[in-house]
Amino acid sequence: MSERILSVLVEDKPGVLARISSTISRRGFNINSLSVGPTNIDGRSKMTIVTELESVEQVKKQLNKLINVIKIVELDPDNTIESEVLLMKVSINKDSQTSVIEKANLSGAKSVDVGQDYAVFELTGTSKELKKFENLMKPFGIIEMIRGGRIAIQSNL
Amino acid sequence: MEEKLLSGAELVIRGLEHLKVSTIFGVPGGAILPAYDPLYDSPIRHILARHEQGSGHMAEGYAQATGELGVVIATSGPGATNLITSLNNALMDSTPLLAITGQVATEAIGNDAFQEAYTVGLTMAATKHNYLITDASEIPQVLLEAKHIATTGRPGPVLVDIPKDILNQKAKWIEPKLVDLPGYKPTLDANPKMIQQAVNLIKDSKKPLLYVGGGIIHSKANIELFDLAQKFNIPVVTTLMGRGAFPDGHELCLGMPGMHGNYTATTSIQNSDLLIAIGVRFDDRVTANPKFFAQNAKVIHADIDPAEIGKVRDAEVPIVGDAKSVIKGLIDKLGDTKLETSNWIQEINEMRESYPLTFTQDEDGPLKVPYVLEELQKMSEDDSIVVSGVGQHQMWISLHWKFTKPNTWLNSGGLGTMGYSLPAAIGAKAAYPDRQVLSLDGDGCFQMTCQELITASTENIPLKIVVFNNGNHGMVRQWQKIFYKNRFSASELTHHTPDYVKLAEAMGAVGLRMEQKSEVKDVFEKMLEINDKPVLVDCVVDPDDMVFPMVPAGGSNDVIILNEEDLKKI
Repeated sequence: MSERILSVLVEDKPGVLARISSTISRRGFNINSLSVGPTNIDGRSKMTIVTELESVEQVKKQLNKLINVIKIVELDPDNTIESEVLLMKVSINKDSQTSVIEKANLSGAKSVDVGQDYAVFELTGTSKELKKFENLMKPFGIIEMIRGGRIAIQSNL
Repeated sequence: MEEKLLSGAELVIRGLEHLKVSTIFGVPGGAILPAYDPLYDSPIRHILARHEQGSGHMAEGYAQATGELGVVIATSGPGATNLITSLNNALMDSTPLLAITGQVATEAIGNDAFQEAYTVGLTMAATKHNYLITDASEIPQVLLEAKHIATTGRPGPVLVDIPKDILNQKAKWIEPKLVDLPGYKPTLDANPKMIQQAVNLIKDSKKPLLYVGGGIIHSKANIELFDLAQKFNIPVVTTLMGRGAFPDGHELCLGMPGMHGNYTATTSIQNSDLLIAIGVRFDDRVTANPKFFAQNAKVIHADIDPAEIGKVRDAEVPIVGDAKSVIKGLIDKLGDTKLETSNWIQEINEMRESYPLTFTQDEDGPLKVPYVLEELQKMSEDDSIVVSGVGQHQMWISLHWKFTKPNTWLNSGGLGTMGYSLPAAIGAKAAYPDRQVLSLDGDGCFQMTCQELITASTENIPLKIVVFNNGNHGMVRQWQKIFYKNRFSASELTHHTPDYVKLAEAMGAVGLRMEQKSEVKDVFEKMLEINDKPVLVDCVVDPDDMVFPMVPAGGSNDVIILNEEDLKKI
């Protein structure tokens, strides 16, 4: 796989996300996923950036030039716990209802809201698992889908 | 006794004094007005530019000439947006700049208030870093940090945006202290292991070449560079930003390589087996098509900015560090090594003889810029500071002027900003009132910022300006000749409008004119004698002259066009 995952520790200051996304688009880098959230340390946020192998060195170096970027670690793909959350609203009817919910639950998705003609599922997993779930639900009619961006952490092995 | 409270504006001025800033450039306006009040009582000299772009270039000229921080101050909205060209210019050429801008009041931000622009957002990609102040008490500390960021590592511009209510807010002066910036720790000292690897390559090399640029000048490493080249007999090419880092006229100095570089410099890179690249970034104006650039050479690439290493060309030995530390390390580790480079130098010297840099000046024909430059250099002082615009004249100066000292050649290399010369020269002259400062400009460039001649006159900054008046955007015309079948679309200005002599006089300067070879010496004599006012020379030159050598953009440095005849090659 030619993907690389960067874990970026940044100062939690106004504009830091804009600085990072501006640098990425300014340099024309390919980014597959970017997510950001607080960490256990006050004043520090962490971003997970998934990029292509050919861009990774320059992405690292250009982001490192930003004053608010503290540390960039490239995660070892064999040793990384990765996760992403997905919310999906699927169209259902009397005939399909049981089958859709059963399939979703078997895939590990949680039904979080079920209405007359729709069901909302939540699934957490790797991007592969989410893609598989999307393909599984497609025939029933996906009304809306949103993914939270990939996050990753290094295992201690 | 309890220290009295100061306004944010007073903190700005006191903060600048604390940073030992002696001269600033700027234009006042609504949002920044509070800061101009305490400035009235401050020993800091404020030079009132006629346009914010000019004020920014003045601060750049000041910084490029001195190697120290240049400071510019502007108001919100258009004041800040007019500064952006100079900020981006400073970013590209690694010039240490501090820009302070006023902003609309905090509560008005985001409401499309009068003269509101999103300055921090707009300048994010044009600065090394920027700040929006949210409390007056932060001001002294932020100014210190801003100077630190602007002047250390790879230098660059830093902007501090201050809302008007913060300029009026009262706060205590808290002595600023340089605290650790967790995300900013430039590597200065070169890794000894990498130095050793570099030395191993140098020892094995038959055709080493020092390829050096602006990084030498920023690092003040010219003496060390001289020792390295001289002691080990390694020839040197100096990029556009590195002119003056190694003295022209020295037998090891080959001058500028690249698109309009001289044949020997460009070809020596192609023939070299080892490029020792220090403080350069393999710019496309040097490399042409990187695929064909120095194909037989291994590369040692030393730069203070790790992002430059491997950006264009992979390096066999990457070294992150300050140029001075790198060069000292190399000299030290090379020790008593004798490099056998005499065959290589002979090959270079033969090239120099076969392909000298030439020009012809007919006795009665139109003036040629290289001739005028040669005459001017004979008459000017050794340590004069030459400031150019962008285009043909810039290339001719870089090719023909003999630069022997660092910080005596100021130009807009990376961004290629027309209009840079006059205001930057004003900045340089403000820094060194006793030195000769020559703004050597094109007519197209001059017209972009010529209102700053008023600044020079009224602020008593008696610099010399030569406008090479070919009545055209000369480089555009040259490209139209070569690549667009002589279709001179929108490149023609005129030799006669404006009348530069009258324009100079109207702006409080002295205006002179030269059109023929016989006038050159006399006019320059007059120009150099006048030291109480700015002097402008309208130097009418041949519009059809072209800059050679030339490697067309995206071409190979192996195919160099030496003259008009050679154009058939492409």
